[in-house]
Amino acid sequence: MNQPLLAVRDLTMRFGGLVAVDRVSFDVAGGAITAVIGPNGAGKTTLFNCLTGFYRPSAGSMTLVADGHRYALERMQGHRINAQARVARTFQNIRLFAGMTVLENLMIAQHGRLMRASGYTFLGLIGWPGYRRAEADAVERARYWLGRMNLEDRADDLAGQLPYGAQRRLEIARALCTQPALLCLDEPAAGLNPRESAELNELLLFIRREHGVGILLIEHDMSVVMGISDHIVVLDYGRKIADGTPAEVRADPAVIRAYLGEDEEQGAA
Amino acid sequence: MSPLHAVRDAAIAAFVALAVALPIVGVRTVDTGAVLGVDFRLDWVAAIVATVFLGRLCVLLWMGRRERAPRQAGMLETTALGWLALIGRFLAYGIMGFALILPMMSFADRYVVDTATQVLIYVMLGWGLNVVVGLAGLLDLGYVAFYAVGAYSYALLAQNFGLNFWQCLPLAGLFAAFFGILLGFPVLRLRGDYLAIVTLGFGEMIRIILNNWASFTGGPNGLTSIPRPSFFGLEFSRSAPEGEQTFHQFFGLEYSTLHRLVFMYYLILILAFLTSWAVGRMRKLPVGRAWEALREDEIACQSLGINRTMTKLTAFAIGASFGGFAGSFFATRQGFISPESFTFIESATILAIVVLGGMGSQVGVVLAATVLVLLPEVFRDLAHYRMMVFGLAMVLIMIWRPKGFIGARVPSIRLADFRRPAA
Repeated sequence: MNQPLLAVRDLTMRFGGLVAVDRVSFDVAGGAITAVIGPNGAGKTTLFNCLTGFYRPSAGSMTLVADGHRYALERMQGHRINAQARVARTFQNIRLFAGMTVLENLMIAQHGRLMRASGYTFLGLIGWPGYRRAEADAVERARYWLGRMNLEDRADDLAGQLPYGAQRRLEIARALCTQPALLCLDEPAAGLNPRESAELNELLLFIRREHGVGILLIEHDMSVVMGISDHIVVLDYGRKIADGTPAEVRADPAVIRAYLGEDEEQGAA
Repeated sequence: MSPLHAVRDAAIAAFVALAVALPIVGVRTVDTGAVLGVDFRLDWVAAIVATVFLGRLCVLLWMGRRERAPRQAGMLETTALGWLALIGRFLAYGIMGFALILPMMSFADRYVVDTATQVLIYVMLGWGLNVVVGLAGLLDLGYVAFYAVGAYSYALLAQNFGLNFWQCLPLAGLFAAFFGILLGFPVLRLRGDYLAIVTLGFGEMIRIILNNWASFTGGPNGLTSIPRPSFFGLEFSRSAPEGEQTFHQFFGLEYSTLHRLVFMYYLILILAFLTSWAVGRMRKLPVGRAWEALREDEIACQSLGINRTMTKLTAFAIGASFGGFAGSFFATRQGFISPESFTFIESATILAIVVLGGMGSQVGVVLAATVLVLLPEVFRDLAHYRMMVFGLAMVLIMIWRPKGFIGARVPSIRLADFRRPAA
């Protein structure tokens, strides 16, 4: 791994006196699956919010290399992180456009491209043929991911009416429709049953294999994390306590301590 | 709700009505010569209490029936939605056709054409506000400000620079759009109630400025003798200046004041059609989908690379520009404008049209505008009771159709319409 897709260096996020993320550094390789794990409140979602522009970090850098450009994510406006640096994300508590159809959700994800094709609305208004082609392409891309997610027959239903597991899949499809270089998934397996969870594993492996998208995921479900991750970063109280392959992380005494708390128990006794 | 509960609930409502009506309606002082006597009108009170009891009972029973058999709007099957879209389209064409031939009907006298013009102004305003409220989900209580900006832009440009209606129309739209952006910037971070309060204040500010800046806007006296539009250079007057022709001379018609009214009617009809076409089109373009997405979830929008600032500002600007067009039309139709015409009640009426019509629905706006303009006209004979009937009608509509006349949303795109390309 010579040039990582994303290099996070000394990332720090403070909320008043609380240090939610404390000098965290790690790399995410392109075309690989990197998992961020840690007990509740370890700062995983805060880390994601920094990466995707919802928080402005207090210190540190996040450098993403996509299409030969280097993007300093910590200095970019929120929407540019997706539109230019091609970082897409999903949310822990699903955020679909519930009152719109499944297909519309996926069309909105292709906003930037369609907006340019519609000549910022002016050409689209007069029915410019270039826009119609772009729209048809966008529908094809949506159809592709709907097929992958097993949602094609629900394309014209309202997103809010899908069952929970399908909503999770749709949110991933929507993120993928932005054609990301880095896909950040915040607990994609939460609330899924074991079968759905296994399907999710398959899906993530497929995305990595066929589309070369780098995946960064927060997950509590260890069967997902250990089964498919190439690399694991462990956070506890905002600090990185371990970083390595699944086998390394599993054997790391600091990780075991953080998850089982044995050291503190002994100390208290 | 069981019938027993309904009866009990209705009885409570009747008791409240009794408590209110007894002192207010039940007792009347009468002047009997020397002393002030008291007259009881218990029959009136009885009538009021009975009406409230029965009315409440009917509403409860009727709503209870709905609860048992929930008709979930939006839960419609795809096929049903397809049917709905088809009916909506037929309805839309029917209304369009009727609007086109209306002035040629035998019953179309001055009053009818004038009222129809009034309806169309509100339709246009409703469609404009629909962009902001219905699509982008930004509750705007000061929409009348843009209407005022459009009207004053036209009047002032025409009087100070001698520009004609057709030159002023786009300028008025631009001015209004500019004011839309001006309002948009400070409220970018606000939503819901907070946004509503700021926009309400903005609307009042514009009106108060117009009222007080007398040297520029004429203050409360308003602006008079605003030029009327011409039909390709032909004036609608009895006699033309030297060397020019009037409309009736050119076409060899008997002079009639109805000509101008009918012309005005078609003018607003064209403007309204243009608005409808543009808004309908934009809804299916990325910009329109982004508006709706913004209404649904702003955070998700940002994560998908949508610039929230730009999207909101375009919604404000485009909504405002339609208000501006309607405003210049209003100015040229009246020939006289003053801040009196742009009070909060106008904003409220336009918002009511959007809400009653069903958020985001274009046909709904037409239906609601028609109802809201015609109701006070129809009940003109009731004199000061007509606003009460108006209010009652609005309450009934909201009970009957909580999501507005046309509450179901038609998707902007359907996979079924895109065939898989032949492999």
